[in-house]
Amino acid sequence: MSDKLVISGLSKTFSSERGTTVALNDFNLSVGDNEFVALVGTSGCGKSTLLSIAAGLESHDDGRITIDGEDIVSPGLDRGVVFQSYTLLPWLNTLQNVEFALLGAGKSKSEARDIAQSHLELVGLQGFEKAFPSELSGGMKQRVAIARALSYRPKMLLMDEPFGALDALTRHHMQELLTGIWEKHRLTVLFITHDVEEAVYLSDRVAVMTNRPGRIKTIVPITLSRPRHYDMVSTQEFQHLQRKVLDAIRSESLAAASLASALA
Amino acid sequence: MPQQNKRSGTNRRFALGGKISTAEYLGISASVFAVLTILWYLTTYFGLVRPLFLPSPAKVISRLAELWASGQLFIDLGISIYRITFGFLVSTVIALPIGILIGSYRGWEAAIEPFVDFIRYMPVVAFVPLTILWSGTGDAQKLLIIFIGTFFQQVLLVMDNVKSVPKDFLNLGRTLQMPELRILQRIVLPSALPAIWDSMRISLGWAWTWLVVAELVAATSGLGYRITTAQRFFQTDLIFGYLLILGVLGLTTDQAMKYAGRKLFRYLNVR
Ligand SMILES: Nc1ncnc2c1ncn2[C@@H]1O[C@H](COP(=O)(O)OP(=O)(O)O)[C@@H](O)[C@H]1O
Ligand SMILES: [Mg+2]
Repeated sequence: MSDKLVISGLSKTFSSERGTTVALNDFNLSVGDNEFVALVGTSGCGKSTLLSIAAGLESHDDGRITIDGEDIVSPGLDRGVVFQSYTLLPWLNTLQNVEFALLGAGKSKSEARDIAQSHLELVGLQGFEKAFPSELSGGMKQRVAIARALSYRPKMLLMDEPFGALDALTRHHMQELLTGIWEKHRLTVLFITHDVEEAVYLSDRVAVMTNRPGRIKTIVPITLSRPRHYDMVSTQEFQHLQRKVLDAIRSESLAAASLASALA
Repeated sequence: MPQQNKRSGTNRRFALGGKISTAEYLGISASVFAVLTILWYLTTYFGLVRPLFLPSPAKVISRLAELWASGQLFIDLGISIYRITFGFLVSTVIALPIGILIGSYRGWEAAIEPFVDFIRYMPVVAFVPLTILWSGTGDAQKLLIIFIGTFFQQVLLVMDNVKSVPKDFLNLGRTLQMPELRILQRIVLPSALPAIWDSMRISLGWAWTWLVVAELVAATSGLGYRITTAQRFFQTDLIFGYLLILGVLGLTTDQAMKYAGRKLFRYLNVR
């Protein structure tokens, strides 16, 4: 499997009046072509920072980050981004929100309409084309955002806790929807979450980060078969993988707690 | 079940974040006006206050009717409305681009915001003598006072409106590789527009105040001027009548802009 996204020795330090924060230090990770990788870690360990750098929205200090061998220096249409806040434009209806991206990507009006329509169907929102974001539930908004990010056919999808604000039931629906799309269409996905079950259920590999400054602590390959079903969650294999990821995260939380008590 | 709903509905009328129907809302506001009018009527009916200080509603109405019949009312109204329309429009037309500029670019903010803030804290009335020196006591001076009183506030309000556009909206435009100017046009402006509309509505209220202030101090026409001359002849009924008219004008323009805002930005609360 060839690598799509390659990150090596990446470092990022934020400096402000309140001091400097080393968000990432010597971060290494490769995401293969058509691979689904979940990135998990404690809150504040640098996950969003990494995603912003991959999206080209944030610069980095040291190291390299490439997509298809080319350095990432700015945002690009080769990467689709799904933010945790749905970022639907409230003055545009569902169809127009997807068209907005396509028109921005240089598609003609009629082309944009057709593609937007078919992507709304892909996420199960046919019949809601004329609805405004204020009429949609959180899950539906995030579906529009996913349709929008997929519509202009990026090489890879970057998702920052996209289901973090949804209730448990809706989150399960969205996870099934996303695996469904992924298994049918094959995409490269870097998916950030702090929900371990979600990470195991969705991905081919789960990368666990250390506390700040964030590095990869360990990578757990997810050997579950595809297509995935929610019944798998209760199998021993699933539980075992979930435990492995949890243990890695927990040792980090414990390290943070003992550091805090040592300082106190 | 409906019983339950109904009860909790009435309980919530004066609860934090409670809901209320339009009819109920109008009913409550109209009642307050009615009660105050009745109190006013009773106070004058029983002669609790000297008529020179507080004329009766009937006297105020008959004075207004007289001014209506003679056409004086419309001359005064016309000139004041002309001044505020012109002054407010000029101020808005200049404040919008500047507010958008300094809300969008930190460099321009650094150049302009502290200066605007500095002037904003100078009392507008203190400019009255200066504006008279500059431009006499005609319409130009009124427009200047409205402008000074409104423009600097508007610039800061619009700047804040533009700044509160979510950062992720800008990032969305960037991930779509939209040029900066396109992001400003297609994302920032439409996103800030409802808030800007509200800022304009609020600043229009201030503009009314500054108009009347300018007309009170030095003028030969307009609502404010008529109020000062009325004071000279102890025509309290006229002062009351014109104050009521100013209140009604303010209330109707404000409500009209609120209504227009709801229609223009219907997408914000379809539910
Ligand atoms: N723009 C910024 N300026 C300064 N510090 C930042 C900035 N963005 C993130 N940080 C800091 O970097 C660290 C990592 O943040 P983030 O990547 O958002 O963590 P996560 O997404 O894993 O919760 C945090 O300590 C955060 O406070
Ligand atoms: Mg985050």
